[in-house]
Amino acid sequence: MKTVTTHSGLVDSFLPWLTCVAMLAALAMVFLYVPNERVQGEVQRIFYFHLPSAWMAFLGFFIVAGASAAFLWQGKRSADLLARAAAELGMVFCSLVLLTGPLWARPIWGVWWTWDPRLTMTLVLWLIYAAYVLLRVFAGDTETVARYAAVLGIVGVIDIPLIYISIRLWRGIHPKVEQMAPEMAWTLLVCTGAFVCVFTWLLRLRVRSLHLHDEIRALRQHVVAAS
Amino acid sequence: MWAILWKDLLLELRTKERVSSLLVLALLIILVFVFALTPEQLHQPAFGSALLWVALVFAGMLSIQRAFILEQERNCFAGLLLCPIDPGQVFFAKFLSNVCFLAIVEAVVAPLTLALLGLPFSVSLLGLPLVLLCGIVGFSALGTLCAAIAVRTRAREIILPLMLLPLLVPLFIAAVNVTGALLAGEVWTGTWFRILIAFDVIFVVTGWLAFGFVVQE
Repeated sequence: MKTVTTHSGLVDSFLPWLTCVAMLAALAMVFLYVPNERVQGEVQRIFYFHLPSAWMAFLGFFIVAGASAAFLWQGKRSADLLARAAAELGMVFCSLVLLTGPLWARPIWGVWWTWDPRLTMTLVLWLIYAAYVLLRVFAGDTETVARYAAVLGIVGVIDIPLIYISIRLWRGIHPKVEQMAPEMAWTLLVCTGAFVCVFTWLLRLRVRSLHLHDEIRALRQHVVAAS
Repeated sequence: MWAILWKDLLLELRTKERVSSLLVLALLIILVFVFALTPEQLHQPAFGSALLWVALVFAGMLSIQRAFILEQERNCFAGLLLCPIDPGQVFFAKFLSNVCFLAIVEAVVAPLTLALLGLPFSVSLLGLPLVLLCGIVGFSALGTLCAAIAVRTRAREIILPLMLLPLLVPLFIAAVNVTGALLAGEVWTGTWFRILIAFDVIFVVTGWLAFGFVVQE
């Protein structure tokens, strides 16, 4: 019986603390350190969580695609589990983007939602994630389903540039970050660092839990076969 | 490949159930929209093109599902895979048969829609068959791949649209814009048309390459 390899035990014991410290630092910077944005005021502070969430959602998507390709190539179970975990996390962060966005948009734009390219893009991305996760839920957990999901993950990534181009041509008003005060840039940097830590930590936890799930199933079959 | 394609077409020729049901469904969708919109809205070219494509996407979704359900029910797909042919060829057969069915449906539905909505016929409408065909090709390519996945899962009726619709976003936006320009008598062979073509090429190739991963047992 093969057990879960903990070849990077150091990272696993170190990462929660790092995440904790980074997150506290990020919160402190967002609420205490960074000055108010001149025009938008307090509400702009949500941006320091909004933007890193969006980046993590994209990161999740590329991990899904990479792991899916690796799975189709070599057929390793671990690649499949990584893709699955990354998709679930990507969906969580994508949801965060879609939640924090309207909170900001309501006071600034005066509406909760508008069909701006980036908003639309995030929504479509969320829907693709949702389809991926639901496929996993509906179809069960077999080798075949892993292949289906991998194909869907790759097709999704191939589709992204096309979605992006077509939505961009469609319409657009999203604010572009033109100039940032150094304090703002530092805060954004720390927040992004904190989000990367959270993302990595959760990803590792989820992958490990999926591996353990596998192990339990194998053990159960073992017991059933023995009795 | 031709044998599978011929088998699908022959089956349809003998029963005529897929095309006829799709036709009625497409007309019903258009009817629903006609009831939902005001007469002034209906006369705008933009609505005409939106309507055409909504009807096509929903009818197409059912069509593409039928493509695999028949084989799944009697477990014939396993037999198909036992044949010493490349899965890519199975993909092309399924894809082409679906293109044929949807093209037949559109050949009836598109003129009917234009007539029902009272949109003016003009010279630029000669481009419409080409645009519709491009849309159908992209839809069928991605649809065949997704349906092959969906049909082997629980709740396949719901999982297919969930997978297919978000991925179809670029095709849908591009096709509606091209058709809208075309119905309004404007230049339609611009960027949108190129996106449509790019979508077709990318997903025919992707479908052909990825199909093997989906169907292998």
